[in-house]
Amino acid sequence: MGPSGFTQQQENNNQETVTEAEKGHDLFNDLKSRFLSFKKNKYMGNLEHFQNLAQVQLPKFMVIACGDSRVCPSNILGFQPGEAFMIRNVANLVTPFENGPTETNAALEFAVTTLRVENILVIGHSCCGGIRALMSMQDDASGSLLESWVVAGKNARIKTETAASGLDFDQQCRHCEKESLNHSLLNLLTYPWIEERVSKGELLIHGGYYDFIECSFEKWTLDYLKMKTEGTDMLVVKDRMVWC
Amino acid sequence: MAGQSYEEAIAELNKLLSEKADLGGVAAAKIKQLTAELSAAGSKPINSDERIRTGFTQFKKEKFEKNPDLFGKLAEAQSPKFLVFACSDSRVCPSHVLNFQPGEAFVVRNIASMIPPYDQTKYSGTGAAIEYAVVHLKVENIMVIGHSCCGGIKGLMSIPDDGTTSSEFIESWVQICNPAKSKVKADTKGQSFSELCTNCEKEAVNVSLGNLLTYPFVRDAVAKKTLALKGAHYDFVNGSFDLWDLDLKISPLPL
Repeated sequence: MGPSGFTQQQENNNQETVTEAEKGHDLFNDLKSRFLSFKKNKYMGNLEHFQNLAQVQLPKFMVIACGDSRVCPSNILGFQPGEAFMIRNVANLVTPFENGPTETNAALEFAVTTLRVENILVIGHSCCGGIRALMSMQDDASGSLLESWVVAGKNARIKTETAASGLDFDQQCRHCEKESLNHSLLNLLTYPWIEERVSKGELLIHGGYYDFIECSFEKWTLDYLKMKTEGTDMLVVKDRMVWC
Repeated sequence: MAGQSYEEAIAELNKLLSEKADLGGVAAAKIKQLTAELSAAGSKPINSDERIRTGFTQFKKEKFEKNPDLFGKLAEAQSPKFLVFACSDSRVCPSHVLNFQPGEAFVVRNIASMIPPYDQTKYSGTGAAIEYAVVHLKVENIMVIGHSCCGGIKGLMSIPDDGTTSSEFIESWVQICNPAKSKVKADTKGQSFSELCTNCEKEAVNVSLGNLLTYPFVRDAVAKKTLALKGAHYDFVNGSFDLWDLDLKISPLPL
């Protein structure tokens, strides 16, 4: 390459660096204005409330929701600062106690035994990428971290394929979204300190399903008493409601 | 202590404070906390169904129905530019603190917003979220946000030197950020436990950012400059937000 070609490349490199710097600068400015907007509109307007919250949090809800950008419970259910202790993971999964430590059960332990929340709400949703990955998996062993995690919902997939075999793939995924959610509710009861509080009526377990295509929210509550009196391990629910 | 009256308990506290006046500040903070807890305990229990119903119908009316274009697009697909790690703490939801709207940020929330190093099986939930966000959703930024008064960090800093733990899962989880605890304790200049915790809250974010680079797909994207990593700390006591870059110089090794 002759001298003129070298100069051109040098100029291109400089331009790239400037663009990156601009991008970084824009991002910082964007995040700064987002925080200042929160501070002005929420924090300063409720200063005493935020100062009390700074001392202690006493949320009544523990919410387990998917990380999907469309389903944040603070948006769709309007939870305000202090109301809900939240776990967000891929496909809002709760693994059973016997599977060992996960990021989810560490947070569960804190919420139930230290914060002593009164409600656990697990929220599933439509078009869940994690559930789709579960339904699409070819075999258990794979290099994908995503599949290593969602395989925990295997039993929900098996049940779906039996119950919904006549439906198309999208409909099966939708069925599995709810099936997996119900499995997670049952898995919550495998934690002794959760079952103890539920049996004493100090803790309620709810399932919720958010459909963002038709914008509806369905909710149901685990009926522990009925499960015990009927002597069943299968999920029994009560207080089922739909809002649309 | 069982059956001790309120007056007896207060008298004992006053005696202690007269002997150790420097404990006054700590006592005041704890009494304020106790007062808040007792007032909440006495308050009417909420009807959870009613709370969910009100929240959802308000969202549907004020947001969903007023933004049909946005929600129509989101029903088809999501393309968030951010992957955000935030603590599960009820006071620090990024949708409030950074005003994230539906579609903007894929969010993971766990105790103390920690990221464990790459592992195929242990704590695979974190890896699954990072892989989904980086490889499938192709986010452009990963932001890890720590915060003030973090119970998880306090728990980490409270684990005794002999390593004895009393919880089933919590302490094993928070020990992911042991390197942050070691650094903070080594650098200490006689600060209080509370100040050490604040330092650890920020240092733990850096440990998590470092752990992010153990995920091959993160390393690749950062090297290609299609992905930026950011650390942050939200202080809800003072109402401030710190944001920083890690200075990462990734260069291919000569073969």
